[in-house]
Amino acid sequence: MAKKVRVKNLCKSFGSTEVLKGMDLEVSEGEVVCLIGPSGSGKSTFLRCLNQLETPTSGEIEIDGYLITDKNTNINKVRENIGMVFQQFNLFHHLTAKKNIMMAPIDRKKLSKKEAEQRAMELLTRVGMSDKADSYPRQLSGGQQQRVAIARALAMNPDIMLFDEPTSALDPEMVGGVLQVMKELAAAGMTMIVVTHEMGFARDVADRIVFMSDGYIVEEGPPSEIFTNPKEPRTKDFLNHVL
Amino acid sequence: MDFYGVLTNMYPMLLDGLVMTLETSLLAILIAFFLGLLSCVMGMSRIVPLALISKFYVWVIRGTPFIVQLFIIKYGIPQVVQLWAPGFNFTIFQAAVATLALNAGAYMSEIFRGSIQAIDPGQMEAARSLGLPKTRAMIKVILPQALKISIPMLCNQFIISLKDSSLAQVIGLPELFYQGKIYVGRTFRSFETYIIVGCVYLIIITILSYIIKRIERNLDYGKKS
Repeated sequence: MAKKVRVKNLCKSFGSTEVLKGMDLEVSEGEVVCLIGPSGSGKSTFLRCLNQLETPTSGEIEIDGYLITDKNTNINKVRENIGMVFQQFNLFHHLTAKKNIMMAPIDRKKLSKKEAEQRAMELLTRVGMSDKADSYPRQLSGGQQQRVAIARALAMNPDIMLFDEPTSALDPEMVGGVLQVMKELAAAGMTMIVVTHEMGFARDVADRIVFMSDGYIVEEGPPSEIFTNPKEPRTKDFLNHVL
Repeated sequence: MDFYGVLTNMYPMLLDGLVMTLETSLLAILIAFFLGLLSCVMGMSRIVPLALISKFYVWVIRGTPFIVQLFIIKYGIPQVVQLWAPGFNFTIFQAAVATLALNAGAYMSEIFRGSIQAIDPGQMEAARSLGLPKTRAMIKVILPQALKISIPMLCNQFIISLKDSSLAQVIGLPELFYQGKIYVGRTFRSFETYIIVGCVYLIIITILSYIIKRIERNLDYGKKS
């Protein structure tokens, strides 16, 4: 299968703190990869490097055949194909749910207002939020905001979706709805890279689990292997704490 | 004491002064808004000379008294320009508006900067992650939110500028306070006249505050009502 993402020897430091110490990862089209690991292990930083929200210190990242670590690559164009969902949702506070979704397609893809609105309504229906189209973010619960945020990321028709702990800021009863939307997305064949602490989701949905610790990939493999028979002591230790 | 007599007598002068005060400060604040926005954008620019110009501007305006600025613009600058263009001069109105605008612009620049910095960086990240270039993200996402939170501070600046416009009487701008002074010179009714002038400022500022509060409320997106 075609490789969507190739990462070679990625390093990232903040000042003198090395957060990523040489990561290699390949993700195939349609694959769902879950990144797990203790806090501070560099999972989020890694994810944010993939769409250049963080600039890597060294190493190469290739997405859809574009070498995005090359300064000459038009990063804005590549980002249109990479949807991102944030822990804190980051919906635009001054726009309604519908307008949050319409904004980027109108601005970037030059969609007419009508087309964008129609697309927004389809997406809102898909995430079960069509009745809240005209609500402002602060009128929505965290779970609802996150579902709108997923719809917003999908509006640009990305072929890769990055999820940065999408359920970590949610009340427990809100988590299920968001995970359900993500499951449906995975079932529809979306390439997904998910940083998560939801081990149940990782086990059910992921094609591959990547366990990170201290800026390295310690171990990776299918969920059945990682969760039932981890090889590395650090993986065992982590799983003992969270399962 | 004869407030009623003074009021009816100086009424035409009072009205002229009020119109001049409002004209000067409204025009100045409008120019200051764009000047402040420009200076703020320049100040946050990665192009170092632009950022330095903005910083220098704010530094000079904040560090010097309004009245000195007024005299430099009305009397100082024309003198220099006359070396190349004999006969050049600012009208009193032009000098007053320019000084007020330059003055308020510097403070507004700081207001905008603070408001933009108060916006959660996640908003910018979300916009960038959708493929918006930085400038577009600024225009579509950051500025609308920043402008909104800056409204109360802009309103405050407007009130300050409106009151500062009374200082322009020293270069002879026939605004509200100037008219009061002229009237006192003619009638020696200091107490009544200055109280009345003060009340007029108080009334227009109260009305303005009310209008601005209404605007602010209408702009409030999705606050639970």
